[in-house]
Amino acid sequence: MSWAETLRIGLEAVRTHRSRSALTVLGILIGIAAVILTVGLGEGAQGQVRDQINSLGSNLLVVSPGSTTSSSGIRGGFGSASTLTSQDADALASRDVAPDIAAVAPASQRNLSLTAGTSNWTTTVVGTTPDWLSVRARKIDSGRFITGQDVTGHAAVVVLAATTAEQLFGARSPIGATVTISGVPMQVVGTLTAVGSSATANEDDQAILPISTAANRVFGGATRTSVQSIYLEASSSKTLSAAYQEANSELLALHHITTPTGADFTIASQQSILSAATSVDRTLTVLLGGIAAISLLVGGIGVMNIMLVSVTERIREIGLRKALGAPPRVIRRQFLVEASVLGLAGGLAGAALGLVGAAALPHLISQRIDISLTAAAAAIVVAVGIGVGFGVYPASRAARLAPIDALRSE
Amino acid sequence: MTDTESPRTPLPVIELDDVRKTYRTGALEVEALRGVNLRIHEGEYIAIMGPSGSGKSTLMHILGCLDVPTAGNYHLAGEDVGRMSEEDLAQIRNRRIGFVFQQFNLLPTLSAWRNVELPLCYAGVGRAERRTRAISALEKVGLRDRIAHRPNELSGGQQQRVAVARALVTDPALILADEPTGNLDSVSTQDVLGLFGELHASGRTIVLITHEPEVAAAAGRVVRIRDGNVQDDTGSDPRTSTDPRTSTDPRAGGASTTLTWEAHQ
Ligand SMILES: Nc1ncnc2c1ncn2[C@@H]1O[C@H](COP(=O)(O)OP(=O)(O)OP(=O)(O)O)[C@@H](O)[C@H]1O
Ligand SMILES: [Mg+2]
Repeated sequence: MSWAETLRIGLEAVRTHRSRSALTVLGILIGIAAVILTVGLGEGAQGQVRDQINSLGSNLLVVSPGSTTSSSGIRGGFGSASTLTSQDADALASRDVAPDIAAVAPASQRNLSLTAGTSNWTTTVVGTTPDWLSVRARKIDSGRFITGQDVTGHAAVVVLAATTAEQLFGARSPIGATVTISGVPMQVVGTLTAVGSSATANEDDQAILPISTAANRVFGGATRTSVQSIYLEASSSKTLSAAYQEANSELLALHHITTPTGADFTIASQQSILSAATSVDRTLTVLLGGIAAISLLVGGIGVMNIMLVSVTERIREIGLRKALGAPPRVIRRQFLVEASVLGLAGGLAGAALGLVGAAALPHLISQRIDISLTAAAAAIVVAVGIGVGFGVYPASRAARLAPIDALRSE
Repeated sequence: MTDTESPRTPLPVIELDDVRKTYRTGALEVEALRGVNLRIHEGEYIAIMGPSGSGKSTLMHILGCLDVPTAGNYHLAGEDVGRMSEEDLAQIRNRRIGFVFQQFNLLPTLSAWRNVELPLCYAGVGRAERRTRAISALEKVGLRDRIAHRPNELSGGQQQRVAVARALVTDPALILADEPTGNLDSVSTQDVLGLFGELHASGRTIVLITHEPEVAAAAGRVVRIRDGNVQDDTGSDPRTSTDPRTSTDPRAGGASTTLTWEAHQ
């Protein structure tokens, strides 16, 4: 019997047993869609963190005060006794001391209230130097950034990030307008281009001042030269570790520390921040993947059940077909076609549902979903494999029985 | 097969030697056949009779290559069935034997003509030809107006006739029918018997099981089975049987069994 003929018989059987076919397809479909969506959610969360950290700037090193070793240093220094000063930053900026460091931006920050006319908005106020713009990989949207003269002259100027500008001025251009911070009126000289992604909202809600203005006129406090962090930009990704070494030994020398373990600062690279943050999300992905695998397994067992039952109740049919002259090979083929048609239908529908879900869900739950082709392919292979395996194996066993034994089976 | 037979004697198409069949259901053993010896020659028309449970159907299933004997040998057209591959057996069931089951065994999801065309599917016959042949087989059993009915839309007798049509559709050389007239009224019985008579006249070998003396009367030879044994046989010698071909059919004499056997393929 030709394959075309076998295909026809197989399709006919699929059509005749409508509800059973529908259930099989549904089982495969749900398993596959579940895998695509759950793994996609995990990957999405991971990707989100990766993007967020990448948006900090490229080839970035962050020096924070405090001896918090390990990669969790990004949170470490804040709030602890400030052992970093703007002198440290000046030293690192020297080409002779640290040839592989391209730019240095010391920064201090406070959460303060900004007033413009009748509008009021609390945001992160950052005091820093002109290099901040390139180190943090940001762009000016309108106006200009703070300059070296602003820093030396303690100028009362401010640059607003996109969200901050919008909260205070709405659609109006804030350039030239006055914003009052801690009672000091400041002139808005520029705005920053938004980073974009909703996950980095805090990056778009900032007000940038010259570091001198911030220390002396806005933040106040005793140690006016201390800074909360120093951002360093390596000259290229290849020189990142050299830059790290240079910064580390220079700071140890400046702080008169002889044992590296006694360091009163922490240098975190973008990479270490990234791996610390994504490792958390990788756990999440593994967890979600596990859930997906279980749902696939459950779906697979469902498919297995339906296939086994459907073949068992058709052993008489197999016996009759054999009695009428069907060789076992043809019977195997018939069930292979049936199972493959169901598996393929379920697989394609599942993949389609998964993709549609991945496109639609982020709008509903504001969670990014990254499609993992490997996971999708693996899910399809597993689900279809289970369907075909448990559709064909019992049928081929039944096809080995003497026709009359198959015909007499219940 | 044996050298002693005269050239005018057709070789036996079926040879059963001490065939036994024992069914085991748990601790219980049922000896359905207890050493059956039977020779059936080409072109014979045989009725098998016997009380219920005597092993007639069991014997028929073995003859139709649907079951295997527990012991003993079965030669079909000189070939040992026990040594045949699954593929060969499938070919034999498909092309050489037409089997009418006692329980009809129609596929409930298929219409009458689709049931009848099934054996042709496995014979590699094209779609259009299958349909014409299936419909003409149904016509022969008087079911031209029921071709599109499903088995559950047919009476018992009509289902039986569909089963007969399915056995005839491949034009097999050997027809094995397990009570083919069991559910038929006398008119339909006569129709089916007439059909078998025609097939016999054209050289087919026919073995049927029946409880009805008038059906047995149509056959040239009656084999009585009792408790799994041949109790009585009205004539195992083809020359004494009422084979119409011994006088009328020129193919009867001389031609080798295999040749005429193949002529029906
Ligand atoms: N699959 C089986 N398992 C166990 N015993 C069986 C099986 N098939 C038949 N038998 C037994 O074998 C014996 C012969 O059965 P068989 O069907 O050949 O009888 P039969 O002569 O065709 O009877 P009937 O005229 O009622 O159809 C019976 O005693 C029956 O119970
Ligand atoms: Mg019987």
